[in-house]
Amino acid sequence: MKIETLSPQLATIAAEPYYQAIGDETALFEAAYAQRLPVLLKGPTGCGKTRFVEYMAWRLKRPLVTVACHDDLTTADLVGRYLIVGNQTTWVDGPLTAAVRAGAICYLDEVVEARKDTIVVIHPLADARRMLAVDKRGEMVMAPDSFMLVVSYNPGYQSVLKEIKPSTRQRFVAVDFDYPEAAVEAGIVATEGKVDADTARRLVKLGELTRNLKGAGLDEGASTRLLVHAAQLIGSGIAAHAACTAAVARALSDDPDMNGTLDDLVRAVF
Amino acid sequence: MTQRRLFGDELGQRLDEVLFASHSHRSAARIAEGLEELSRDRQERVLHWASVAAGTYAEIGYQIATLAPRAFALLDDAGFDAWALAGLDAFDRQGGRAAMELLRDIDGFRATRSGALPVAKFSEVEARLSRFIQGLSGRPLSLSADQEAGAAAWTDSETIHLPARLSSLPHTEANRSLYKVLAVILWAQTRFGTFGSARIDLAAALAPWRETADHARALRWLAVLEAVRLEAKIAVDLPGLAAEIAAMRGPWPALLEPAVARLSRPAASLADTLAVLSECMAGSEDAPLLPHQVKIDPAAALRVRDARVARDKQVLSRAINALKGSAGRPGPRDETMAQLAADSAAAEVSLAAAALALALPPEARAAAQSLLQDLGEVPPECLVPAGPGAWQATERVVDMAGGEGMSGQREPDRRYDEWDYRRKAYRKDWCHLYETEVAPGDADYVGEVKRRHAGLIRQIRRRFETLRGEDRILGRQPEGEELDLDAVVDAIADLNCGIESSVRLFRRRIRNERSLAAMFMVDMSGSTKGWVNDAEREALVMLCEALESLGDAYAIYGFSGWTRTRSDIYRIKRFDEAYDETVQARIAAVAAKDYTRMGVATRHLTQLLLRQPARHRLLVTLSDGRPDDYGDEYRGHYGIEDTRRALQEARQRGVRSYCITIDRHGPDYLAHMYGASHYTVLDDVKKLPLKIADIYRRLVS
Repeated sequence: MKIETLSPQLATIAAEPYYQAIGDETALFEAAYAQRLPVLLKGPTGCGKTRFVEYMAWRLKRPLVTVACHDDLTTADLVGRYLIVGNQTTWVDGPLTAAVRAGAICYLDEVVEARKDTIVVIHPLADARRMLAVDKRGEMVMAPDSFMLVVSYNPGYQSVLKEIKPSTRQRFVAVDFDYPEAAVEAGIVATEGKVDADTARRLVKLGELTRNLKGAGLDEGASTRLLVHAAQLIGSGIAAHAACTAAVARALSDDPDMNGTLDDLVRAVF
Repeated sequence: MTQRRLFGDELGQRLDEVLFASHSHRSAARIAEGLEELSRDRQERVLHWASVAAGTYAEIGYQIATLAPRAFALLDDAGFDAWALAGLDAFDRQGGRAAMELLRDIDGFRATRSGALPVAKFSEVEARLSRFIQGLSGRPLSLSADQEAGAAAWTDSETIHLPARLSSLPHTEANRSLYKVLAVILWAQTRFGTFGSARIDLAAALAPWRETADHARALRWLAVLEAVRLEAKIAVDLPGLAAEIAAMRGPWPALLEPAVARLSRPAASLADTLAVLSECMAGSEDAPLLPHQVKIDPAAALRVRDARVARDKQVLSRAINALKGSAGRPGPRDETMAQLAADSAAAEVSLAAAALALALPPEARAAAQSLLQDLGEVPPECLVPAGPGAWQATERVVDMAGGEGMSGQREPDRRYDEWDYRRKAYRKDWCHLYETEVAPGDADYVGEVKRRHAGLIRQIRRRFETLRGEDRILGRQPEGEELDLDAVVDAIADLNCGIESSVRLFRRRIRNERSLAAMFMVDMSGSTKGWVNDAEREALVMLCEALESLGDAYAIYGFSGWTRTRSDIYRIKRFDEAYDETVQARIAAVAAKDYTRMGVATRHLTQLLLRQPARHRLLVTLSDGRPDDYGDEYRGHYGIEDTRRALQEARQRGVRSYCITIDRHGPDYLAHMYGASHYTVLDDVKKLPLKIADIYRRLVS
């Protein structure tokens, strides 16, 4: 009996995503791609990891499959499952299988969030074997040269239960990400948020001030993403104070005391 | 008949007539803007009093017109008249300075008319202000309140001293902002070089007036001129803050205008201030009083700064020495050093950058950063290694101290190796460890804490119970309460394709198995004496309540010590002990002892933790400062490296570590020891009992 197989159609990214390189990450990524090595991106939230992957997918002209990992993610969610459609059994490729078949870039975002037993499925893909076992179908999908696995995680998580296992992490070329230095970050905020250079510079200053509070009441300072959000609000006509309060201060903390301090910092910069 | 309000330009014209006949360079436009919103009646009242006052002394008229909007916000018409009159009276009796003070203190004037003062208290703003300053500042500054009445705001460059109460402005809220403005000005003094740099010697600059009657006047001028200069500096990066300061001070007094023109440039430095200062001192005028007046005490500030510079230099030199190699052999970094020293004459800035870029330990990097702020450069002599043997000398002293006096003790329970980062090797059986039980203390203590925090404990218990009761559903089980629909669909699909279907078709609800053992390592060093110790004990009570609700296995040990030959571990609760009256009495007896040799304590408690059969093992340190021990050796880099090593060893064996500290300098070294996100710094020790349960919850969920 013939079983119908569905695999999502993957398209490449048409327009160039905006990305400002900070160091040698672009060259490193390209070299890893050429050598068929998987890549691990480490860095705080909102510093540009996802955007970087989009940009590289565009640059390498490969389709991009992004999976946001969470703690209920099962192997079937990644690899695929049988579904009954009408009275027909249909196999549907999961995002990982689809990416392998298409020779795409598969990006597992926040990989520590996924259950450990789920993550094991990527092990054979992430070493020299470069293959994916689809147990249900008794199939071994060999990854074409153009397939690339990219995972990311935020080392700032404090839970001891959420750490990436050495057996997983040691398969990857690791690239560190951090918030860019002030001038570069201002450029990013200005371009992405479509605000003038002075506003961007002030937003970056605000980011720096909040990052000084990391560990002293804040778990994380404001990310570049938050600063861009604030810039976008300002660009669409919201007053700077209100935009920063909503996009930065309130996004960072629920604690009324801390919010008071953050408001003071917003007012200091604008 | 009511008349229409006067517009800004009409007001400006009339003000020009009454006030600025002699001051053609000043425009009344800004004052007029403030008056525009007032009713015609009030506008006329202001113009009347301004012209009356200007007839006596132009500056008072100017002041009345400037402050009028604020005065009308607080006073009724009769009150306004009385206020203006009182200002003129004060001029007649005590002169211009007193008149200005009285007029500015509208709030005080209202208080004398009506009774109450809109007081802002330091204690209300402290927490928020201290975080704000931390946000601004590169290095920690502490805040302190001065209880004395009429105390001035000043800084010794490490602590910002503020009056315990402020009531000079009309509203409580305004007085709170005044706290902020004062603190910011004082922060800016330390940040933008008010106390001199490597090239400008403040003490020498003030020397001409030191022994004279003019000394106090010179310091007053210095404070005011610096306020002008610093505001421009602040405006570069923090324009909002600068605007707030400007709004609070109102227009600069006329007397200051030439100075404002010269110092209100971002590029102005202390040298410019000192130049203006000499000119001002050549005249006989006293410095005008500003609403955000601060005091400068160069002697105190320079003393503290010099001590800090000496300390930072030492830290930096030592770190560079250590890089060079402990035996004094020329190392591969020697060329870098020589290069740095050679560059130093040419370009300090690049030199400083190079020093920071060097692979210095974080402590030394912080020291270099601090030197940059204090001196504007890293002094070249710091970058030249001070020669071999510097470490050895202090080492011998400690060895002797450690060897003597303890010889009569019993045999240690365990000996542990200690990591010497300069040798890059362990010192074998270096630390002698004694484990003793804390003698039970006040049996009622825990009960009393529980009564005091009954609400919080109820809340903690509830929150932790929900954490514990978090059930998990296991899918695809051979048996269970209900069918797993996914599995059934799969099974049918399998059947349809002729594959043998699985028998795992059920869902089963299970209690979340946590399997976590937590070890709490409590700092019992001498520095915890007093409220830190109180907070630690209360925190332990909260923690026990939380952990009892959660059901995690946990143990609590205290640590202290006096040199390597006597490292003490105090047993408070073993893993297998229940949280009973004995344990509670021991918590009550946790007391401050000696020093903080953290490495050996970490190693011993890791050993104990490893005996626990749990899947996850967690070592949490409660501390109030960096590793430290008697003598010079363990303090500083050595202790930090040894502790870091001990934590690495623990990690390799599957023990995760975390540190909760109240040391504001914590971020300087904790990231290096525990890892970037494995610590929390509490800004206030009083919060420890309130926060500890939350921190633990975040760690394990």
